[in-house]
Amino acid sequence: MYYLQIFSIIGSLVLFAIVIDFIRRGLLKEKYSVLWLASAVVIMALSVKKELLDSIAAWLGIAYPPSLLFLVAFIFVLLITLHFSVVISLLHEKNKAIAQELALMKNALKEAGIEVQGKGGGQERK
Amino acid sequence: MKELKVRLLVIIPAFNEEASIGGVVASVRKYAPEADIVVVNDGSADATADVAGRAGATVLSHLYNMGIGATMQTGYKYASRAGYDVAVQVDGDGQHPAESIRFLVETLIKGRADLVVGSRFLGEGDYKPSLARSTGMAIFSKVVSAVIKVKVTDTTSGFRAAGKRCIDFFSARYPDDYPEVEALVLLHKKGFSIMEVPVTMSERASGRSSITPVKSVYYMVKVLLAIFVDLLKRV
Repeated sequence: MYYLQIFSIIGSLVLFAIVIDFIRRGLLKEKYSVLWLASAVVIMALSVKKELLDSIAAWLGIAYPPSLLFLVAFIFVLLITLHFSVVISLLHEKNKAIAQELALMKNALKEAGIEVQGKGGGQERK
Repeated sequence: MKELKVRLLVIIPAFNEEASIGGVVASVRKYAPEADIVVVNDGSADATADVAGRAGATVLSHLYNMGIGATMQTGYKYASRAGYDVAVQVDGDGQHPAESIRFLVETLIKGRADLVVGSRFLGEGDYKPSLARSTGMAIFSKVVSAVIKVKVTDTTSGFRAAGKRCIDFFSARYPDDYPEVEALVLLHKKGFSIMEVPVTMSERASGRSSITPVKSVYYMVKVLLAIFVDLLKRV
């Protein structure tokens, strides 16, 4: 067993444990944890089974098998950030819809004779 | 001029336009007294909402600045829910001539169009943009006209009238980034009809365009990209 193997096994175990702990404490939603857990599991599998890492590296034509670990990690990071971009875009749309609804509702309340205090009401200035 | 038999809403997007918004609302009330007016205040830090309210407009205020796309859409949501037949967009900075509102609306109705755009370049007007900007506008015009198969000379004009179908569509879906240009492409994909009429626009009463000459090229590339992305979108 090489030091790199031990290092990446420990690294992936720590990542796995952190993600599980975050889910347990409610800091991370399950649906946003899938890619993280998958990356930890895949890196762990490749680190434990050296033959697996070597054969995939040979098949891909990678001369130095451990660099496959970096490639796999990089691909997961790419997928995770892409996932984030999608989630942010969806949140943007939802956020916009809520803010627009709020503007319309405030006006409807005002027309019903109820003045809403707070920023953006347009009536708080002299 | 005979009275128009439609429920007409004028939507004025405004961001920090306290200096000009009062005049714009007054001018719309003068030239289109049958229209209801809604000012969509996009999180202004000044007294825009107050001035507009005192001038007699309904004011919808965003909690924070969301950009022109979201601002117009709030106006269209209001129009759609209140059941207006026609909505006219007029900028809050005073560059759009309120006396042409009826012309846009009449063209929309007579031409049975879904959207009528007021163009600075069709008429005799003395609008002279900078070289960078006029080049950009000419390119947009060529590209958009080719894509939507209707000649549009002034694709970035925010002075336009929308019919009921269009109001409902915009209320559900309005582009965020470069809404004037992108909206044309989306409407075309939706199969809506677009017309253009000449209008004379004045210099801005206050404020400056959100697009500075320096950023023109960058802006142009982004808009062209957005046009082609829009073509790939499902509508």
